[in-house]
Amino acid sequence: MTDRLRPSRRTLIQGAAAAGLAAALPLRARAQAPALKIGVILPRSGYLAPAGQSCQRGVDIAPQVLSDLGHRVEVVSVDFESNVDLARTQAEKLIADGAQVLVGAFDSGGTSAIAQVCEQKAVPLVINVAAAPQITEQGFKYVFRNFPTSVMLVRNGLALMKEMFKATNVTPKSGIFIHANDTFGQANRQAIDRLFPTLDMPFKLTDAIAYDPRAQDLSVEVAKCKASGADFVIVTTRAGDAIRLIREMVKQRYEPKGIVSPGSPGMYDQEFYDGLGGYSDYTITNLPWPNFNAPITKRLGDAFAKRFPQNRFGVDAFNVGFTFEAMLVAADASKRAGSRDPRAIAEALRSTDIADHVMTGGTISFDAKGQNNNIGSATVQNLKKTPTVVLPREAATAKPVFPMPGWRGRQA
Amino acid sequence: MEVYLDIVASGVLTGLVYGLMALGLSVIFGVVRVVNFAHGELTVAAMYMAWVMAGSLGADPLLTLPVIAAALFAVGYLLQRHLVERFIGRPEHEQFMLLLAVSIIILNGLLLVYGPDARHVQVEYAYDSFELGPMLLDTVRVYAAGAAVALALGLYLFFRFTDLGTAIRACADNLLGAQVVGLDVRRLYALTFGIGCAVVGASGTLMVLMRDATPQLAVQLTLLAFIVVIIGGLGSMAGALVGGVLIGVSEALAGFLLTPSLKSLFSYGLLILVLLLRPEGLMGKRT
Repeated sequence: MTDRLRPSRRTLIQGAAAAGLAAALPLRARAQAPALKIGVILPRSGYLAPAGQSCQRGVDIAPQVLSDLGHRVEVVSVDFESNVDLARTQAEKLIADGAQVLVGAFDSGGTSAIAQVCEQKAVPLVINVAAAPQITEQGFKYVFRNFPTSVMLVRNGLALMKEMFKATNVTPKSGIFIHANDTFGQANRQAIDRLFPTLDMPFKLTDAIAYDPRAQDLSVEVAKCKASGADFVIVTTRAGDAIRLIREMVKQRYEPKGIVSPGSPGMYDQEFYDGLGGYSDYTITNLPWPNFNAPITKRLGDAFAKRFPQNRFGVDAFNVGFTFEAMLVAADASKRAGSRDPRAIAEALRSTDIADHVMTGGTISFDAKGQNNNIGSATVQNLKKTPTVVLPREAATAKPVFPMPGWRGRQA
Repeated sequence: MEVYLDIVASGVLTGLVYGLMALGLSVIFGVVRVVNFAHGELTVAAMYMAWVMAGSLGADPLLTLPVIAAALFAVGYLLQRHLVERFIGRPEHEQFMLLLAVSIIILNGLLLVYGPDARHVQVEYAYDSFELGPMLLDTVRVYAAGAAVALALGLYLFFRFTDLGTAIRACADNLLGAQVVGLDVRRLYALTFGIGCAVVGASGTLMVLMRDATPQLAVQLTLLAFIVVIIGGLGSMAGALVGGVLIGVSEALAGFLLTPSLKSLFSYGLLILVLLLRPEGLMGKRT
């Protein structure tokens, strides 16, 4: 009996082998598929640096949040220094280094250059922020934009202006449009020229002034606005130029009823609040904004607060939200395709349908041109140095302040 | 009408700071006969020094100006004594290559230390304006232009009424004569290069009140200084100030009357006009 129970040497060896195999099998089964390699290109330095760095914070928290959602990604981030030529070179380098999807690039000029590279190399590009319409109008097969075009931004922006005039019972008499003279600024100018006469706007547009976004001195531009007698200013700024513009308005004591951007960066960046202090208040940007009630936004906000305790998610939310969504879109497509092959991912991107996402709007899906048309806008006004949704009413957390109070009595 | 007065006044004030910056270039060329192609880079280096002092000490650039000018004087003196001096009398293209190399080293050094981002100095009076009759004058520009005029006047008095200034002028006017009477030309050249760089340091410190410091600005400033001195007359102190004011006012008016994007077009247009009609510059000496 005892002998029968005692295992022989052969039994022991067989048992050990079996146990080893049993232990090894689950390990093999548990071993995860290789991560999707996403190359991210942003302007982390140069004149677009504040926005680029804000987007980068979204990139930095994305792998963990995506992992919690069941996606594995490996991120390689590069800086294109707000230089379009460098954007092209960096895209080529990322693809040569094995990136299976590219995400970027915040700037329309840079994104256009990257889109051409991606199309040549048959690697999908998921755009986080870039509005120039031509990017998705060239018949590219590997370019997908989860961001409104300039036409969409301006149409939504002008509609929200009318809503604001109605909500406050104040309508300006005449407006002036002042814009950065780059790809995005020119696209906005074309959209304004095209849409303004068709939307029955309650004020006349007297002039449009283009300026170099790198220009250090905007005194002449502001003098021109003031001389026009316009009591409403529509701006398309980029970053530091927004600060210079407001600073000049204060110095020249030019006090329009409102300063409103139809979706450009600059006036909701932390740099704007830091640079202008109290003078940053009451400026308005009409742009897509995160849905802070969505569970995924809360998850993103928690990860952001943990990783970047010095920064405010409420300020970075636009850049972080769109950048995270671009990475989510890429990871989701790779997962559905069951592949990391760029062509298979591009194919899967065409049937994207993501309902649970960060930014306000319908499901994320792309039309035949690779454009998501389901993104709305909100009126975001700076109140107490914080971007605050004031319209549409159903999403508002405060009432719009219009006309804005004068400069006197405010502190930098 | 008021708006034109404001724009012309703003152009004059900005132009005076441009003029001071160009004055540094003009002084060095007028005496040492070397064109400083690292001019913009030295100006930007001074802007960064002012930014660092404002950030670390909370000091207004107007107060740190003497310190920065002194530091740049030392840089200029040593640069001349140990580097540029060896190239005096050598072909101009060799001098050009030397100072171009110096400019590239400074520019990349600035990029390495401070990165490519724009740095702004915030002063208490950044949002203030003076009312002068119907005109509204930007306080920052008034202070910067006032300091520029005071420095230019000081420089003029130094060259006109001091022994050292007279000796430097003697080197500029008649090098052989200066050597014959026993002047230490090597030392005077080094002092002149130092003075030129000190002026650059002062103008950079004033410039940071009006513009953000960024390494990429250096090339623009070098070009701007060249335009100003060529229009005013290379080697002429008064010409540099006149050239600066002309550029400041023409850019401001062109931006207002036409479109701001065309501002630089007028600077270059003016440059071509002067080169065609009066190649020695508005206040330069005919050779």
